Amino acid sequence: MMPSTALLSEPSALLMSAASASGARALMAAEPGTLIVWAVVVPALAAVLIPLVGRWPNVREAVTLVAAAALFALVVQIAALVGTGARPERILLEVAPGLDIALAVEPLGMLFALIASALWIVNSIYSIGYMRANNEPRQTSFYVYFAIAIASTMGVALAGNLFTLFLFYEALTLSTYPLVTHKRDAEAKAGGRTYLLMLLGTSMLLFLPAIVATAAIAGTLDFTPGGILKGKAEGTTTLILLALYAFGIGKAALMPLHRWLPAAMVAPTPVSALLHAVAVVKAGVFAILKVVVYVFGIETLATSGQGDWLLAVAGATVIIASLYALASDNLKRRLAYSTVSQLAYVVLAAAILTPLSAVGAALHIAAHAVSKITLFFAAGAIYTAAHHTNVSELDGIGRRMPWTMGAFVVGALSMIGLPPTAGFLGKWFILSAAMTAGKWLAVVVLLASTVLNAAYFLPIVYRAFFCGPSDRAGSSGGGGFGHGEAPWPIVVALVATAAGTIALFLFPEPALRLARAMVE
Amino acid sequence: MSEGALLLTAAAGGRGLALGAQLPALQVVAPLLGAILCAFLRKGVLAWAIASLVTWAMPVVALALLWQVQTAGAISYAMGGWAPPWGIEYRVDALTAFVLLLVSGAAALMMPFARKSVAGEVDGDKQAWFYTMFLLCLAGLLGITITGDAFNAFVFLEISSLSTYVMIALGRDRRALVAAYQYLIMGTIGATLYVLGVGLLYTLTGTLNLVDLGTRLDAIGMTPPVLAALSFLTVGISLKLALFPLHAWLPGAYAYAPSFVTAFLAATATKVAVYLLVRYLYSVFPLVRMLSEVPLFELLVALSIAGMLGASLVAVFQDNVKRLLAYSSVAQVGYIMLGVGLANEPGLTGALAHLMNHAVTKAALFLAVGAAYYRLCTVRELTTLRLSDLAGLGRQMPVTLGIFTLGGLSIIGVPGTAGFISKWYLALGALEHGWWWVVVAIMASSLIAVVYIGRVIEVAWFRPAATALAEAGRPNAAMYLSMAAFAALTVYLGFATEWSVGLAGRAARMLLELAP
Repeated sequence: MMPSTALLSEPSALLMSAASASGARALMAAEPGTLIVWAVVVPALAAVLIPLVGRWPNVREAVTLVAAAALFALVVQIAALVGTGARPERILLEVAPGLDIALAVEPLGMLFALIASALWIVNSIYSIGYMRANNEPRQTSFYVYFAIAIASTMGVALAGNLFTLFLFYEALTLSTYPLVTHKRDAEAKAGGRTYLLMLLGTSMLLFLPAIVATAAIAGTLDFTPGGILKGKAEGTTTLILLALYAFGIGKAALMPLHRWLPAAMVAPTPVSALLHAVAVVKAGVFAILKVVVYVFGIETLATSGQGDWLLAVAGATVIIASLYALASDNLKRRLAYSTVSQLAYVVLAAAILTPLSAVGAALHIAAHAVSKITLFFAAGAIYTAAHHTNVSELDGIGRRMPWTMGAFVVGALSMIGLPPTAGFLGKWFILSAAMTAGKWLAVVVLLASTVLNAAYFLPIVYRAFFCGPSDRAGSSGGGGFGHGEAPWPIVVALVATAAGTIALFLFPEPALRLARAMVE
Repeated sequence: MSEGALLLTAAAGGRGLALGAQLPALQVVAPLLGAILCAFLRKGVLAWAIASLVTWAMPVVALALLWQVQTAGAISYAMGGWAPPWGIEYRVDALTAFVLLLVSGAAALMMPFARKSVAGEVDGDKQAWFYTMFLLCLAGLLGITITGDAFNAFVFLEISSLSTYVMIALGRDRRALVAAYQYLIMGTIGATLYVLGVGLLYTLTGTLNLVDLGTRLDAIGMTPPVLAALSFLTVGISLKLALFPLHAWLPGAYAYAPSFVTAFLAATATKVAVYLLVRYLYSVFPLVRMLSEVPLFELLVALSIAGMLGASLVAVFQDNVKRLLAYSSVAQVGYIMLGVGLANEPGLTGALAHLMNHAVTKAALFLAVGAAYYRLCTVRELTTLRLSDLAGLGRQMPVTLGIFTLGGLSIIGVPGTAGFISKWYLALGALEHGWWWVVVAIMASSLIAVVYIGRVIEVAWFRPAATALAEAGRPNAAMYLSMAAFAALTVYLGFATEWSVGLAGRAARMLLELAP
């Protein structure tokens, strides 16, 4: 669908988008099964094309943007189908008997794909501003691996069985490794090691054995409403399998297997923003939710009473990670621990094991995505404009970067769970589910976490707007004074996601409908 | 495949000396004759051309045999017209055809790499001899696989071993001589034990034909002399296939042999030895699996796991790149023997499939290292490749290091690569016994692989290059062709498994006497 003329000369971005529009029209006419295949193929195709036009940065970025737009159009198309009750699926190939690579859409995956593809557009705009303003090296390979990571994310979201999910889950780990280690210095190398070893270690030692055992017990790996282990696994087996899945899906960053996430913060900020606040971590909690709903079955787990220990672990993660965040002065590190804590919300919600809590979990995935990416965007904007990385350096920055810090406030409110932001929505559902189910531990954790969130986000807001610039910032010369907002693509992107955070609160209907369809 | 076989058999149908019926002999005789031809040549290029032609013909023959076996069942070929069990029988069944295809295919795909790489590492006047030895070795390996005669297998074992010693000794590093000598000693011990076992069996049964041996041993039962023969054979062959702790010869031999030889041995030699052991354990001693007082299979599982973990750990601390990969090979042999020891359908399928998956993966890895060595040799005096020599090579040779990375992912067993498929079946086989700790060991070993492969990757991409490389020293297109072929197969066999799991599963069901 991409024009080959890009190889011959540098065509205008206009020409490219025109050509891809006709390609998109051809896609619209395709049947549903083919559409979902294209959702994985489009970003993969971008990954092939980007190095070919790597010599012309403008064309290269155009490829990313066009692919992102095309992908979003595709996903919206599929979402419309899912809204009418269709569940398109496609078996791509049979690798071995019982091991199929299959894509299938269900509401939860649809929601995840929508979020990831929409944010890819915004994040690409942001990336262009950030990578150019900071003169980052190796930008072509940055965009290539980014596109592969998005393709893998789509694969995770649309996987029709556990094997396919695992395949793309591992592809996501491997394709983000070069992004984490982008700087290629000693710190990047150390961070990359922790990242790779913890993610591959958990998936190999725990996740894969769980999948093999599931295949052996259930005889199938296909995601099925009601669960494939229903009536096949006994008490202890269920307990062991659930533990293997909960900790084996390391991307969900359940403590004590969370260390890779702060380590991944050595990556350029766009990577932290989309991949380590949205795609990668959400792939983790999404996989856990998927396993709970479609492999075990909510009812099966609820009657077995196995959810309680998972709830306790998730609750502990929420609180402890918040304390870590409170103690971190580095802004990205604070955001990373906040992510660990917020991810545990989703696992906690899943562990309540009622349909309502699953809806809350799905909504929280969406809400946290738009708000956390806003916060990371803001952190990257501050780094680009003022070269600050620590919270203690942010005194008075709100007056120089009002748009950035305004967006930051929106994101922070959403993290705390206050209206009118998306974060309120997910929290509300989880809280009411916990109350109806009588899981008082969950209620206590949620309330305590709200206080803690306020404790580590509001001081930043206070410093930015109500403290004067400190002497240290003033004496550091050119870096401290004289900067305004970051380049416009960065500002546009962060304002867009902040607006999205509020929009999701005002118009929750589409997301809510998908989340409800999951548990019906 | 089937068309070529059709032609051959159709052409054969009319005449008495049908080519299709003579294929089993051709599979061994052609490389033998080629070897003799090469011995008379002076020029390396000519010898390479002859070796290539012969080697490229071999997979065609193997495919034809595979097709015959699949359509008409096992083939029995009476060598020289002497009827079995008195004469030497060549016997091709589902397992034989699979291994023949693996060995001949791997050799054929490597030949384009050989020309430049061997020319760079072996002296000009020795190159014709080199290809003589290579063809002898190939004939030996194919012979071991195809023969249905215990003593004939010994003869081919010696042919392949002796030629291997010579090829290893031709390495540029002086330590190649010591490595070859070590292998000579260990290999001879192994061969001696093997022939002792065969001798015992012969005195007990009066036959050397493997099928005949199987039926007669069934009648005799597991008496102490039979058990003695079994132990001689098992230990002897285990030495050749480098089962932990009988692997001491392998790292040195792989590290100091010429690049091409290392790749060839890693892909074929140990695999053929595994085949021979599987043949004895499953076909010749049919009672051994029912025997309770000899925990042979449990012992195999234990040693395999020790190898998988121990050798992987040792690999982490290697500085010599080929030595690192050699220890990884010992660990991978552990995977294969684990499946052999599990002795159930998924386990044995996984083991046999891993013969192919590991062959393809390790060939890609060793060829990539060979290409890096070839390039570096043009700017620096190098006898062997150290980890630090690879610094910055990720930028300078992205394709080669990309292929290395891909092979590394398959060794780790990432889904989408050949290595994952083997691991999947091995884990299923272990779970069928309820041995969850074996699953843990499999996964732990692959996690250690992340570390030793990761070390190479980090040096190649994170460290700045030590020297600029000359354009002139680039590996040629043929070398890239070989590497790319194995890399492509590594991915292909991760997504489509009818050639690996399909054929291996058929062979496993035959060996376990299950319905096909």
